[in-house]
Amino acid sequence: MIDLIHLYRAQFKTTIAEQFQYRGALVIWLTGLILEPVIFLSVWAAVARSQGGAVDGFTANDFAAYFLLTLIVDHAGFTWIMWEMEYWIRQGNLSPLLVRPVHPIHRHIANNLTFKLLTMVVVIPVVIVLGFVFRPSFTITPATALAFVPAVVLAMALRFAVEWTLASVAFWVTRVNALNQLYYVVFLFLAGMAAPLALLPEPVRILAEWLPFYRMLGFPVEVLLGRLTPQQVAVGFAAQIAWLTVALVLLNVTWARGIRKYSAVGA
Amino acid sequence: MTYLRLLWIHLRLGILNELQYRTNLVLQLIQSAVGLVTALLGLGIVFSKTDTLGGWLPAEMLAIVGVYTLVSGLTQLVVRPSLQRFMEDIRLGTLDFTLTKPVDAQALVSMRQIEVWKLVDVVVGLVVLGVAVTQLGASIGATEALAFVVALLAGATIIYSFLLILATCAFWWVRLDNILNIFQSMYEAGRWPIGIYPPWLRYVLTFLVPVGFAITVPTEGLVGRLTSPTLVGAIALAIALPLIARAFWKFGVRHYSGASA
Repeated sequence: MIDLIHLYRAQFKTTIAEQFQYRGALVIWLTGLILEPVIFLSVWAAVARSQGGAVDGFTANDFAAYFLLTLIVDHAGFTWIMWEMEYWIRQGNLSPLLVRPVHPIHRHIANNLTFKLLTMVVVIPVVIVLGFVFRPSFTITPATALAFVPAVVLAMALRFAVEWTLASVAFWVTRVNALNQLYYVVFLFLAGMAAPLALLPEPVRILAEWLPFYRMLGFPVEVLLGRLTPQQVAVGFAAQIAWLTVALVLLNVTWARGIRKYSAVGA
Repeated sequence: MTYLRLLWIHLRLGILNELQYRTNLVLQLIQSAVGLVTALLGLGIVFSKTDTLGGWLPAEMLAIVGVYTLVSGLTQLVVRPSLQRFMEDIRLGTLDFTLTKPVDAQALVSMRQIEVWKLVDVVVGLVVLGVAVTQLGASIGATEALAFVVALLAGATIIYSFLLILATCAFWWVRLDNILNIFQSMYEAGRWPIGIYPPWLRYVLTFLVPVGFAITVPTEGLVGRLTSPTLVGAIALAIALPLIARAFWKFGVRHYSGASA
């Protein structure tokens, strides 16, 4: 345990140094991150305006609140492991990581968290500026704020586990780009990124509630905005924990099988 | 002529290379299908709540989806993968091999890598466009068709030049491999008519990242709402930007000193 703490501290330091070295890449990532919620926010704000101010109870300002929070939660949760893993495997860069005495996942977690902490410094002011442009209406109470914390932490853990598992597919298929994009499209829609779940057609909404994606993004946002009943919040937490358990089991299985496969490909 | 033959050779190489990864065809088919379904479902949700989106009717929005998919398929077929490889070549120092070839290096790095399965998107885009045109029916005459083709060619030229400028930046900032991905996320904004965005974003999507010229403008031509100043502007940009890109490219090549040497 102590060793792991040391590892994380060292990794924090190297990542910070690395990221400061590549400030340009950082700025580029942020542009992409910010643009997407702004697109959907603009679309739905236009719809609300053309309907005389509100769609299904969402005004343009409600959409602003929803999508700006989506931006923050998406930023907290996103990973780049699906691209990185493919690169590690294709180029053989995974080998030096495997001979280290700790699981490479720790390195990635540390990298990821450091990157988030660093970039939050930029993301929060950007969200505030966008807030002035789009004028969100928040109704956040202490209770919803309190429930938001575990919801977002679980969402981050769940997304990390799911995406790490999907990234392991690269052990079997050497070019996984198409799969990554497929995942991205599914996520866009079923996570509540393109629209709040309430606006989706009934069957899609039900599907989204059963699948894990909504629990990684839309759920924490709606918890914070107080859009869910206490019962829905409880069900949501249960779903997050259940899916996280499933994802962790899958992660272990695919990883164990994957590295066995890898020695055959990389040598 | 030489360059057409070169493109043909790379196309064949691309096909041969991709035939090793046949799973990718299946994945591409799935991906195109999911992309299309998502776009249509997105339109479906939006139009279940409203009749027009910023003045655009459902059939017109369908035309935007068609143009979006078509242009996206074309750039991802040749330009994007080639430029991506070019940037990796700079990082690894293997660009030296390209520069010493006895053909124009700009042409070579722009067509060297083909993602054959993206042809699926080209076909899907054309089909969607065809359906939209059928729905729009009588409102499309010869003028609209001509405006569309001209605006589309102009848009494609602008996008290529813009991507080349972005990629050329890799001569100075080596770790820019994300930049084309970022372009892709900016490109997503073109799925919707740029008129719905707040003014600052509209300017960004027109002048800073010319997505509007590639998608909204040709579609406006098709549905007969393109004003002649906009068309003239698009044509002017389609002449100016390639020249700027070319000059910038040459400047970049002179700056390049190799990574391995």
